[in-house]
Amino acid sequence: MIEWFTIVQVVVAVAAGLLCVVLGLAGRVPNDLTMGATALVELLLIVQLVVAIASPAFGNEARGSLLEFYIYLISAVLLPIGGGFWALIERSRWSTVILGAVCLAVAVMVYRMNVIWFVQGT
Amino acid sequence: MAHDTLVKPAPTRARGIGRVLIVVYAILALAATGRSVYEIIAKFDQAPFAYTLSAIAAVVYIVATVALIAPGPVWYRVAWVTISFELVGVLTVGTLSLFLPDLFAKASVWSWYGMGYLFIPLVLPVLGMLWLRRTR
Repeated sequence: MIEWFTIVQVVVAVAAGLLCVVLGLAGRVPNDLTMGATALVELLLIVQLVVAIASPAFGNEARGSLLEFYIYLISAVLLPIGGGFWALIERSRWSTVILGAVCLAVAVMVYRMNVIWFVQGT
Repeated sequence: MAHDTLVKPAPTRARGIGRVLIVVYAILALAATGRSVYEIIAKFDQAPFAYTLSAIAAVVYIVATVALIAPGPVWYRVAWVTISFELVGVLTVGTLSLFLPDLFAKASVWSWYGMGYLFIPLVLPVLGMLWLRRTR
């Protein structure tokens, strides 16, 4: 894990989450903006997955439990995919709110992953 | 109920909010299950009581999520039972963790009223009950 990248990721996920929740409550159905924001969150998660796999080879080892870390990471990767499919199938304002809830959950999980990698076990 | 007049012109709205609730339930079920699987694989012997409780909580969240989605009076009752169980669980375990912290040295989902999960485990059952009452 790379700390600055993780911070960027949490900020993007929180921003995307708030954007989707606000637009959803305002009555917007999922559109390119909200779907795009969710896709960006997913893209960053994939990058994070690659970084996590590659990191130990560069001497950047997790301090905490790798098993716990990957349970969080895999769950997080699945969430935007699930929310995105939901939004494609059901075109209602609540699907936009759901996209937001998913992005906010990802933000919390990435923060938790950061704690596992850098703090846990020290 | 004051809401009755609001519900009539927009019946899909209540259902829509319910769907957000179901998704949050599903996320919590996923979080609780993931955590529980890790705890049981990696460190069950450290705090068997708290971790067993985590596993039970995870199963109950999964059943509650399914019961909220599935139609019919039986699932409706299952939803009530599981959601009530969650509320009792989070209140009991939350209180116990305050007064008997040794028992919960390693946190479960419900320790400190679900603080580790942004108090979502405390708020969700209440919202679930309100929604169930409204959809009956």
